[in-house]
Amino acid sequence: MKKVGTVPARRMNFAAKSRRAGLAYVSPLTVVVLVFFVVPILLVFYMSGTDWKLLGGNKGWNFPENYADVLDNRMFWPAVGFTVKYTVIATVLLIGLGLGLALLVQESSRWKGLLRTAILLPAATGLASASLLFYALYSPQVGPLKGALSKIGVASILGSPDGALWATVFLILWRYVGFYMLLLLVGLQGIGTELYEAARVDGAKTLSIFTHITLPLLRPALALSTIMCVTGSLLAFDQFYILTKGGPDGSTMTVVQLVYNLAFESKRSLGMAAALSVVALLALIVVNIVQLRALRGGDDEA
Amino acid sequence: MRRRSSAARLAIRTPYFVLTGGLAIIFLYPLIWAGVGSFAPSPGSNQVEGWGFGNYVTLANFQAGLGTYLFNSLVVSVLAVLFTLTLSFFGGYAFACFRFPGRNGLFLLVLSILMVPYATLLIPLVIWLKTVHLNNTLVGVAIIMAVFQLPFAVFMMRISFEAVPRDIAEAARVDGCSNWTALWRILIHAVKPGLITVGMFAFLAAWNDFMVPLYLLGGDNQTLPLALVNMRQQVMGVIDYGATQAGVTVMTVPCLILFLVLQRHYVRGFMSGALKG
Repeated sequence: MKKVGTVPARRMNFAAKSRRAGLAYVSPLTVVVLVFFVVPILLVFYMSGTDWKLLGGNKGWNFPENYADVLDNRMFWPAVGFTVKYTVIATVLLIGLGLGLALLVQESSRWKGLLRTAILLPAATGLASASLLFYALYSPQVGPLKGALSKIGVASILGSPDGALWATVFLILWRYVGFYMLLLLVGLQGIGTELYEAARVDGAKTLSIFTHITLPLLRPALALSTIMCVTGSLLAFDQFYILTKGGPDGSTMTVVQLVYNLAFESKRSLGMAAALSVVALLALIVVNIVQLRALRGGDDEA
Repeated sequence: MRRRSSAARLAIRTPYFVLTGGLAIIFLYPLIWAGVGSFAPSPGSNQVEGWGFGNYVTLANFQAGLGTYLFNSLVVSVLAVLFTLTLSFFGGYAFACFRFPGRNGLFLLVLSILMVPYATLLIPLVIWLKTVHLNNTLVGVAIIMAVFQLPFAVFMMRISFEAVPRDIAEAARVDGCSNWTALWRILIHAVKPGLITVGMFAFLAAWNDFMVPLYLLGGDNQTLPLALVNMRQQVMGVIDYGATQAGVTVMTVPCLILFLVLQRHYVRGFMSGALKG
């Protein structure tokens, strides 16, 4: 702070002005973030330690018991297990197929441009409307599959746990694979053609070009896609809420759905829902730190 | 010779076209099915015989009516866009062009919104919005949707302002512009592409959002996606798939139009290697 005296008055004036102007311009953002983000986060930690009913409000402190009740809830571990299973399936398929499609439509030609647009088009729909659309599509009454279904004796695709899971995975692939294709396509465009030409001249086979040039150089795009996909899948809600309602028999209940269920359906306890959502927040932070570590560690090696 | 080689090429290419054509159909079919099906005759709907708008009539007469829910969705989306643009425009300007105490901390705080699950914020908001008298209001929901857009929007606007060449801002200052006049007369034009991107993403996100209205809105204040999902469950246990298809069509058409209009701009941008650096 002593230094200020040695700075020419005009510059000091400028720095002070800049400070004041900066604070003024950022003030609306600061207020909204404080009131609608920081306060609710503090509140959710507080609520997670109280017996807070949906109707009837705060019934007092209930600290370790709230969390214990959530962990002991019969739906908790199945929900965690199912969420992890769904995340693994969705991430592997989305990134794998996204990469495959990106390679398929990579070169520019009229036909491939059309193909790109067709694959990307579902990504413009909302997840809720896409889920409703597939709910009708899978229906045994009006869906285009009704004939085939009755022939093989399946009453409803969504009627069995496996059927419900894979039907949802298919919806998610349809809705999101274009987006991941686009992300990876941007990554592919960043790899210079000189590298491929050099490899060809050296007599490299297509497969070894893919494993030795494309994959390593695509690493940043693959890392970003993986992090987004894992985060999104761990927090899956809309698709299961609309398509399967967590059924049959709670077999497709995700963690975030259980938060809603505890708050508004089974327990009507905002306190328990808050406790579970705090657990979900902490788990997500840990998962993302691990992912960032793993991917950054990989970069150092390269 | 030439003819044979082109025939041979066709023989090789045919499976390729069949395969990729099939792929395109898989992606397009559900959208076409919903659009066509919403006008087609189907048992159990309001459009049993012949083609027509019967399913849309069902929608129009459901509870508060299609008009109300459509209006709610539009209000929420437009407000969310306005809030997102205002906050990220001024915020991005501040982060990019000024030094002030708490600058880095606040920026990280905004980015950290990305790390918080929707549900973790929505549970306390059920209580908190009541406290600030915004529960079950379109304005309250629009603000929350804008908050979830902030990490992307503020980041985008910050790099947009940082990308403005120094001499443009310098010239304005030499000409005696205050930073306020410079912002409105000069800089706003330079960051227009950023504003359009932020605004478009905010609109699509708000228009399609299901979870925020599910937690925070009810009754006649529901937005269209929420009303459609509730309609499916409430028509006496019998699901009116025709009306569902019509609702999906109403929800999806604006998104597809926006997408196709702007797709040229964006995909060309990606393809020409604009993001290579």
